[in-house]
Amino acid sequence: MLTRSEVLAVRQASVSLSGHPILKDIDFALNAGEFCGLIGANGSGKTTLLRTVLGFVMPTSGSVTMEAGGRASIGYVPQKFILDPYMPMRARDLVALGLDGNRLGVPLPSRGRRRKVDEMLEAVEATPFADQRIGSLSGGQQQRVLIAHALIRRPRLLLLDEPLANLDIRSVAGIVALLRRVSRELQTTVLLSAHDMNPLLSVMDRIVYLAHGRAATGAIDAVVRTEVLSRLYGYHIDVVRVHGRVLVVAAEGEGDAQTAIQRDPVHVAQVP
Amino acid sequence: MFDDFMVNTWIAATLVAGVAGVVGFFVVIRGASFAAHALPLSAFPGAAAANLVGVDQLIGVLAFSGFGVAGISQLGRRGRRDVATALSLVMLLGLGALFLSRTTEYFQAIYALLFGEVLGVGAQDLAPLAALSAVSIALTLALFRPLLLSSVSPELAETISVSPRVMEVLFLVVVALATAVALPVVGALLVFSLMVGPASAARTLTSRPLAGLFISAAISIVTVWASIALSFASDWPIGFFVGALSALGYLAGRTWAWVEIQGLSQFRRSR
Repeated sequence: MLTRSEVLAVRQASVSLSGHPILKDIDFALNAGEFCGLIGANGSGKTTLLRTVLGFVMPTSGSVTMEAGGRASIGYVPQKFILDPYMPMRARDLVALGLDGNRLGVPLPSRGRRRKVDEMLEAVEATPFADQRIGSLSGGQQQRVLIAHALIRRPRLLLLDEPLANLDIRSVAGIVALLRRVSRELQTTVLLSAHDMNPLLSVMDRIVYLAHGRAATGAIDAVVRTEVLSRLYGYHIDVVRVHGRVLVVAAEGEGDAQTAIQRDPVHVAQVP
Repeated sequence: MFDDFMVNTWIAATLVAGVAGVVGFFVVIRGASFAAHALPLSAFPGAAAANLVGVDQLIGVLAFSGFGVAGISQLGRRGRRDVATALSLVMLLGLGALFLSRTTEYFQAIYALLFGEVLGVGAQDLAPLAALSAVSIALTLALFRPLLLSSVSPELAETISVSPRVMEVLFLVVVALATAVALPVVGALLVFSLMVGPASAARTLTSRPLAGLFISAAISIVTVWASIALSFASDWPIGFFVGALSALGYLAGRTWAWVEIQGLSQFRRSR
């Protein structure tokens, strides 16, 4: 059950894919308008958790409860996919498909539809490239168009899967600022997955930190702590704060820390 | 070449070209060229089987296109679609070899099934052709938005309750219908070139999806008209001209796109 202010509640949810346990006893809830970071290394189950919230994957135990409206009130920006540069489709066409892509028949020109699309493009600052082919846009521009596609139905909850991966530093800052702004303006709850929490430190109200299929959740200061994350990882790690950044550092040779360091140098960095 | 008996040819060819152009638009943007190649070839044994048991050829073609759709979509459920397509194709082609060995049809009829017989369309063939064409085009236009979205990203489609699986099957059904329309006229081998050539030229000429679909149909119709005229004038087979003009159309489209990109980058530099 949801309390009045909650948009989403994930309760003791476990998920297996083809018999392999991926997530164990995940438990958190998001309030209306909250900005939540889903942080974890590659392979920690971030995408599976998002797909479970979407209802694409069913939990093997536990529950996922969405505010009335279910999937219809969720917007989703999937992990980066390759857009065919020759695809005959402008940025505005993809945004319009977010509004009525499930309707039958060809899209007839309509002033109301056009206005909604223009408004959404303006909201994500995509107006200057609205009439360009989506395949010709930069990574950051494509993210803005996909965010507009997901937001045009005014969902209560916006899920984004690694929207900051493969973007340059300026685009990362731009997308984070955009998401913070639209989530406030539209009262949309945001659940965003990332392997690096640092660009999100100033905007996150809450963090869901995934490791080995388990999650630690709560406010950043309550979760990103040496003892909490050590318990989650199952071996000793240190949380180091330096120059306003957070580094999660494993002791040398500890557990599978070595592999984690190689696989994910930003998330688990070594301090000399 | 506008004699009475040729009128049927022009009508049939225009219908076939229109359907191939419209359906071909989605073949190209979905990257389903292999399926569009395999379905007509899978349907070809259907015509041989129909001759063998003495029913209308169209029924055989429709039935075998259906088998092809079932094979590609069911085998493709868990695994790669290209492998599923190839397996369905070889199974049905194998049957075709068997049927042809049992049939008393002479070589000319088989040749026509493979390369088309555009000059031999009778008045009685036009009504079923027109009906099937109308169904294929209507279905494609009805599914326009869900098909388009699931072509860009199956996940985006699923998020707004458009099942990519259902879209894939419906799309294959549309290709199978287009195949049944076009196969007796332009032949199993050339349905494919008419679906892929004009559509891939069209997508370079416009960045608007709906315009792309209509431009594709227009290029396809012009290609077929020109092929009939050239074939009539030269006495060379129409298949040659359909294939050559489709390829030329595609090359012209690519050149246009290249010129446009060059022009654009110069414009950017000059700013």
